[in-house]
Amino acid sequence: MGVQILMPALSPTMTEGKLSRWLKKEGDEVKSGDVIAEIETDKATMEVEAVDEGKLTKILVPEGTEGVSVNSPIAELDGGGEAVSQGAAPGQDTAAPQQPAPPAAASHTVGEVAKQAEDNAAVAERGARRGEGAAQGGRASGEAAAAPEKDWGPTKPITVREALRDAMALEMRRDKDVFLMGEEVAQYQGAYKISQGLLDEFGPRRVIDTPITEHGFTGMAVGAAMTGLRPIVEFMTFNFSMQAIDQIINSAAKTLYMSGGQLGCPIVFRGPNGAAARVAAQHSQCYASWYAHVPGLKVVAPWSSADAKGLLRAAIRDPNPVIVLENEILYGHSFECPTSEDFIVPIGKAKVERPGKDVTIVAYSIAVTWAMQAAEALAKDGIEAEVINLRSIRPLDAETIAASVKKTNRLVTVEEGWPYANIGTEVAMQVIEAAFDWLDAPPVRVCGKDVPMPYAANLEKLALPTQPEIIEAVKRVTYK
Amino acid sequence: MTRDQLLQAYHDMLLIRRFEEKAGQLYGMGLIGGFCHLYIGQEAVVVGMQACLEPGDEVITSYRDHGHMLATGMEARGVMAELTGRSGGYSHGKGGSMHMFSREKGFYGGHGIVGAQVSLGTGLAFSNWYRESRNVSLTYFGEGASNQGQVYESFNLAALMKLPVVYIIENNKYGMGTSVERASASHDLSKNGAAWGIPGEQVNGMDVTAVKEAGERAVAHCREGKGPYLLEMKTYRYRGHSMSDPAKYRTREEVQKMREQSDPIETARKMLLEQDVSEAELKKIDDEVKSVVQEAADFAQKSPEPEESELWTDVLVESPAVEAR
Ligand SMILES: Cc1ncc(C[n+]2csc(CCOP(=O)(O)OP(=O)(O)O)c2C)c(N)n1
Ligand SMILES: [Mg+2]
Repeated sequence: MGVQILMPALSPTMTEGKLSRWLKKEGDEVKSGDVIAEIETDKATMEVEAVDEGKLTKILVPEGTEGVSVNSPIAELDGGGEAVSQGAAPGQDTAAPQQPAPPAAASHTVGEVAKQAEDNAAVAERGARRGEGAAQGGRASGEAAAAPEKDWGPTKPITVREALRDAMALEMRRDKDVFLMGEEVAQYQGAYKISQGLLDEFGPRRVIDTPITEHGFTGMAVGAAMTGLRPIVEFMTFNFSMQAIDQIINSAAKTLYMSGGQLGCPIVFRGPNGAAARVAAQHSQCYASWYAHVPGLKVVAPWSSADAKGLLRAAIRDPNPVIVLENEILYGHSFECPTSEDFIVPIGKAKVERPGKDVTIVAYSIAVTWAMQAAEALAKDGIEAEVINLRSIRPLDAETIAASVKKTNRLVTVEEGWPYANIGTEVAMQVIEAAFDWLDAPPVRVCGKDVPMPYAANLEKLALPTQPEIIEAVKRVTYK
Repeated sequence: MTRDQLLQAYHDMLLIRRFEEKAGQLYGMGLIGGFCHLYIGQEAVVVGMQACLEPGDEVITSYRDHGHMLATGMEARGVMAELTGRSGGYSHGKGGSMHMFSREKGFYGGHGIVGAQVSLGTGLAFSNWYRESRNVSLTYFGEGASNQGQVYESFNLAALMKLPVVYIIENNKYGMGTSVERASASHDLSKNGAAWGIPGEQVNGMDVTAVKEAGERAVAHCREGKGPYLLEMKTYRYRGHSMSDPAKYRTREEVQKMREQSDPIETARKMLLEQDVSEAELKKIDDEVKSVVQEAADFAQKSPEPEESELWTDVLVESPAVEAR
């Protein structure tokens, strides 16, 4: 009986990939360690090494096939005597009777994550389309506090990853004082492939690989910004900004004030924020509250590609330090984005992504996806939720939120950050200050659990906000 | 190294190699998630150094940590079950690949923030000094981590206070996709403590006997109360940085050459055969290691996921009641 080679998972967030090339043909002998194929994930092209030995008897997935899901058989090996082990994968003998079946929960994880990702993308896009058209309608019935979203003309779908790259490239073309630095941003093209092509276009003086020295290079960038240069500092993830947080708060945020207005600090700190998938406590946390607490900083958190492109451009042009909190899971998602060369999104303006009259759901970053999914589910129960994408965490668009609450009389906030002193707390307090008399129920926060992020798949799922929790919160404030 | 010591080292290195290969397979099957940094190629470093230790000595390292755990004597099944996120793992599934600990074995983790363990390892040495014990802290970090500021803050503290810490730089030539030449203006990392008078040596980290010899000198220096010691281990990782590493920053030939000419396990094997150890004896070790790893993999798949209530435990220790009058 032959041994099947399965499509391997090559990254924490990979659920499928393209089988770009076979390096062995049917009939070839394969030794363990041989490169047998090349696979493209959303981040990288990777080589697949054989684990088992034997003759490649059959190629099941031809090269060039896209969307091959993880764990599906891609080829068959003639086991050739002593297979390395019965549990080997790629190259697992799925039919071996002595093979202990992976426990149900674990084997589901991959599939479920994959499905979840699809759902996210689909719902996000549907919502984005609906929201776009309906936003004006929603506001017309309210008190029209916020200016309507500007119509930028034609759009096309791009990923959040492309949107961020395009924003940096456009601004670097526009202003020669703008430069990018961070770990793996140049030659490697970004650890999450955000800076693809920038080194080629702008050269090594403007796209700079740094050693792993966050405190040092952040201070260096802040110093450069004090002279008027406009650095974009990429943190490989925001977890590592903690090494540098003193320079961000004590130097970048306060110098303008301490110098009586002489020394500004036009700088952008950007990178993925919050949980990715299964990377555990030290690599999964949301910094929105941390940075939003600080006077002298602006903080934005894009959800869609348009948010990402428009807000990052505004952040780069802003004369102040701006923290741009991205999300790794959203990087590969596509959304419609205006194609206009001038497209930009002002900092400080929230967006109504989906109009509704029964409850206001305020969210930011990936929580907007969850809120949109919940709103769709709620609509089937006859509850019309208005979903507000904050986009900007500080300054907060309190007017748009208050206008919505004056219409719906109910507020739920959704975010992945911890509950204590989180952004939902701030939103709720501002609503209480501005629209207390309009509230028909105490606001409810849905957030990450008050624990460090666990690694185990089942616990990680519980630690993050879930759809039933959002729906339950909405039912609570609407007394349904 | 005596013949028996070398046999033991061979066994320990092989256990790490086979364990890591198995972990790579389980990752491919989706049974392990997140980051998973394999130690394949670097086995001689941790095995040679561990052979210099006494009970009570401490070990601390980064996220590339499975080898260190096995070397300190932590059980393969408990480490593998942590990788699969199950209740039978050392952290009950809550830590994962990068975060495991065993006080019993003197293993203090398992740290995900590059460079952070260097100050912590200095603190382990501080407690040895404070308690006036003769124990030593082995503090491992990568050549990439050696550029972090807190490394040099630690060097100064340790030299100033004469703390018993051996700093071990595992120079595997790359920090993710950045070669040491592109990240560090220092070309001999063993001299990085020179400003504070910390003695340093460059060591062939692919040869377990060379590691053990240098390790003995370093550990003796610390036990004599002379303060910190620095070892730069010249080593190499065969696999990618983590699982999703396109490896465009080095050639296949470079990797192939290291594997063929400097493999630490192959080198030890040759030495053993020269010392009249029989093929049969080595085969017995191979088989034994294989079965330990297979047993670990089976356990790691059978062990149940943690109870949902585990989500809420271990955030804080229950505080004793304090009377304030
Ligand atoms: C403070 C911090 N910055 C960045 C990272 C991301 N990161 C993880 S490992 C790594 C490379 C470290 O290289 P090295 O110290 O040589 O260790 P090796 O991985 O080679 O064992 C980087 C940049 C991190 N975990 N922590
Ligand atoms: Mg390294």
